[in-house]
Amino acid sequence: MAKDQYKQHLLTLGMGVFFLIILIRLFNIQIIDTQYKVTADNNALRYITKYPVRGRILDRNGLVLVDNAYSYDIQVTPYDVKPFDTLALCRIFNLNPEDVHATFAEYRKYRTRIGFQSKTFLKQVTQDQYSHFLEMSHHFPGFTAVPRTIRSYPYNAGGNLLGYVSEVDANYLKKHPEYQSGDYAGKTGLELLCEEELRGEKGYNIYLRNVHNRIQDSYREGEFDKPAVAGRDVRTTIDAELQQYGEYLMQNKVGSIVAIEPSTGEILSMVSSPGIHVSILAEIGKHYGDIASDPFKPMFNRAVMSPQPPGSVFKLVNALIGLQDGVVSTHTEHRCNDGFRASGIRVGCHTHPSPVDFRESIMMSCNAYYCELFRDILHNSAHDSIQAAFTHWRELVQSFGFGKKLGSDFPAEQSGYVPDASLYNRVYGRRGWSALSVISLSIGQGELGCTPLHLANLGAILANRGHYYIPHILKATDSTGLDPKYTEPVHTLVDPKHFEPVIDGMYRAVNSPPGSGATGRLAAADSLSICGKTGTSQNPHGDDHSVFVCFAPRENPKIAVAVYIENAGAGGSWAAPTAGLMVEKYLNREISENKKWIEDRLVQANLLEKARPKKKP
Amino acid sequence: MRRSELSYRHIDWTIVLCYLLLIFFGWINIYASSYSEAASGIFDLSTKAGMQFLWIGVSLCVATALIFVINPRWYMSTTWLLYLGVLVLLMAVLVFGKEVNGSKSWFSLGRISFQPSELSKITTSLALATVMSHYNFRISRPSDLFKILGLLAIPAGLIMLEPEIGTILVYVGFVFVLYREGLTGWFLFLMGMVILLFILTLKFSPFVSMLVILGTFGIIRGLHARQPLFFIVGYTLAVLLLAFLPKLLTLPSLTFLAEMGCDTVMLILMLGFCLYWFIRMLHRKERKTRWIFLGLVFCLVLTFSVELIFDKVLQPHHQARIENLLGIREDPHGIGYNVNQSMIAIGSGGFAGKGFLEGTQTKFKFVPEQSTDFIFCTVGEEWGFLGSLGLLAVFFTLIARILVTAERQKEANIRIYGYCVAAILFMHVLINIGMTIGLMPVIGIPLPFISYGGSSLLTFTLLLFMYVRLDLERWRR
Repeated sequence: MAKDQYKQHLLTLGMGVFFLIILIRLFNIQIIDTQYKVTADNNALRYITKYPVRGRILDRNGLVLVDNAYSYDIQVTPYDVKPFDTLALCRIFNLNPEDVHATFAEYRKYRTRIGFQSKTFLKQVTQDQYSHFLEMSHHFPGFTAVPRTIRSYPYNAGGNLLGYVSEVDANYLKKHPEYQSGDYAGKTGLELLCEEELRGEKGYNIYLRNVHNRIQDSYREGEFDKPAVAGRDVRTTIDAELQQYGEYLMQNKVGSIVAIEPSTGEILSMVSSPGIHVSILAEIGKHYGDIASDPFKPMFNRAVMSPQPPGSVFKLVNALIGLQDGVVSTHTEHRCNDGFRASGIRVGCHTHPSPVDFRESIMMSCNAYYCELFRDILHNSAHDSIQAAFTHWRELVQSFGFGKKLGSDFPAEQSGYVPDASLYNRVYGRRGWSALSVISLSIGQGELGCTPLHLANLGAILANRGHYYIPHILKATDSTGLDPKYTEPVHTLVDPKHFEPVIDGMYRAVNSPPGSGATGRLAAADSLSICGKTGTSQNPHGDDHSVFVCFAPRENPKIAVAVYIENAGAGGSWAAPTAGLMVEKYLNREISENKKWIEDRLVQANLLEKARPKKKP
Repeated sequence: MRRSELSYRHIDWTIVLCYLLLIFFGWINIYASSYSEAASGIFDLSTKAGMQFLWIGVSLCVATALIFVINPRWYMSTTWLLYLGVLVLLMAVLVFGKEVNGSKSWFSLGRISFQPSELSKITTSLALATVMSHYNFRISRPSDLFKILGLLAIPAGLIMLEPEIGTILVYVGFVFVLYREGLTGWFLFLMGMVILLFILTLKFSPFVSMLVILGTFGIIRGLHARQPLFFIVGYTLAVLLLAFLPKLLTLPSLTFLAEMGCDTVMLILMLGFCLYWFIRMLHRKERKTRWIFLGLVFCLVLTFSVELIFDKVLQPHHQARIENLLGIREDPHGIGYNVNQSMIAIGSGGFAGKGFLEGTQTKFKFVPEQSTDFIFCTVGEEWGFLGSLGLLAVFFTLIARILVTAERQKEANIRIYGYCVAAILFMHVLINIGMTIGLMPVIGIPLPFISYGGSSLLTFTLLLFMYVRLDLERWRR
């Protein structure tokens, strides 16, 4: 095809033509056309960042949990600064002159890098300081006040739940290259969870400078400016009123409350106490030292991060497993002689009528009954070894969500702990243990760890008679759907038909007449038919933890609540009334007169000191 | 042929040198584009420059292996296997692929991700070389031409489904290879017409397109006639007269025509003209002008389907980009934003550029994708017109050198493969640089050897060095 060789020259020529067109275009925009002469050499342009308004966080009813308010940052363009009265500036902002000198020494050191850029000199000055500065600003060339939005909080809905926003640091920038120094980002709680939606998008204005470096004009009438895009609002499942009320009840106590809507798994409130008061949340940086040194660790979200032994509320789980395995029937009775005794082991019990049947065992929370029941579960002839029986038991327990992360969308959820047979094999040897060795598990003591979220979920399972929806805190909106995993029911391995007698026991635990031995009577509220179970979790650190799990109303339940108050004492005296008030607040929106005394008693009690962590020697 | 007869003395150092220059230049520009105050070293693997350095190392090893270790027979004889393998990958990516920027074209395996469409350029080139070098292959024969078009259409169709428009356009570049191997130049001409008419119709109106069609075909018709001057003058006069049609329609006595619209009136005139030509052709049995006539009809049909193609076939973001490019819709914040910022960056470079690491536009991150698709911004800003000229010169040298050596091959398949390599590189350079300076719509496509990205660098290295190795075959005795 030698005759085709001219085509090679033609093609090369064609390519040359295209390259020439590119070159002409380059010549045009790089050399002839001055419109693109945006250069650092003449510093004609100055980019001013426009920060977007962060999205709001709403509660389930559209009430605003987190809003925005204006605040001012003082920025300085070192290049434009002329000698000024340092002391006057320090007086306005209450600064130390030496610090100001040090800052400016730093600017001088990096002047080539800073160039004509502006630096943030002070963050979030008060309204007073701002107006004072504005009057005097002509004395301080190069300093400007830049408005910026900060978070504001109409409800005292806990800092742990909402989380805080702060300026990104070097470490954060390394992990998130899409941020730039000076940006703010959500660091914990909902602010972290919904960072993508809330964040919005930065924009900028381009201004022309004249030879004296004064901003003159918008560059090309703002043609190349980019507007900031505000962040989107986020709808949560939280009930603002209920959340605020929960925080009110939990003041001066260590512990948490979790409330869930059983029919959807939506988290209605999540209180962790002591928490961070919202008044300091917006400017958390200033209070960081106090928070970090607080012995009660207010940053620690107990509701999802603190696995503890559940105490007697765990009897509900064992009762259900007992019925499922057929080792107990609703007519089974056991005697209780101040507890349970067998081969040198004794598990104490409080004083109550004896013997008790299945329902009464829940109503009165009899320890002996559950020791017997648990022994029957583990020594069931259906299994050929204690290990097999234990593994079976564990499987059923885990189907209630215990010992694993539930998969909630809330960050930092902990998995808790349910021991497995291999642990006891290690401790006692394969043949060295029996039901009696692990008898504490029958009453929710020993090697169990459940977070308050797990316990509230247990309440939801009972309310639903055998299934739960993964608890979650983000509500679906028209624009954002919900992950399907939150709308699929998760079924436990216990047949729904076994739930009714257990719920009957729970109902009687709360609603029985005085003197009947019922443990949760303080939770009762007229006509709300609350079903609950108390727990009194022993622990080596001090007084017992007070625990209560409940749901209401009995038919067609609307709310499930778990309350965990550390070192408070019996479950019936602290956790139960707290949970009862929460239910009443949610269902009736107010507390009836005849229960005000309970509310006052709870609010006035200061149980902090009982729970103060011991200093390590 | 015995292996000992191969002489490495004849490695084409021009190509290799161009390659080395390009990857080095690319690497330092990636460093500059991701450079910031707190930047760490150029070798730091957590930075883009560091990663690119690693990939350059891998690519050099692959290049060396291609020349000294891997026998070309391995891929020349398994061409069909490779071609089919890539087709399978192209299908798999539609199912398992990761969606990036609206196109499902990436496989991602941990930190490494790659596009099968990149590999398809190599395998399609090999397949073309194999088929077209067959001893009784004639591209002028319709059955052979359709074979080739099918070979191109299958991968191109799969890529269209992703959709990955950039690669499709690269595939269009294969037409140059077909041209070299005997396809008539009229085909290239018609393609040029298609693009021209598309732009004219969108930017102005079908009326303007029809004027251009009439003028163009008048000249062509004239060149084939016995009295060219007569035809050319005649058609020119007709075009000039018709250009006043819109003015004419404003006359009060012609309002009934004006209601039909200028385009329709012109179309009626053109159809009448075609009918006249058609009858004359039947009458005189002129064979020569038949093809010209068909071309004219094709162009007319195309002109009136432009709107349809634009609205129905193209996706909204492509429409917006094309409208922005043609200046139909100004939107400097949205679609036009990238191009505006990119042109500001390049334009601000001036004659000699701002100097290495001194670019402000790229440093302030005003240009998007600045280390991948928009890497040329950094080149333009920091190295100026001179640097851009130099870069284009290197690309030109590389591609021209491939064409020159390809023409010298004894084996047709190596020549065809060489042309394929040249065409692919050319399309990439043209589209990528064209897009950054507002000559082409914004299409995500890397600048060969320069853009950040391991899989793209590796693919181009494979493509090029397979040719460098094949080129050695012509020195065998």
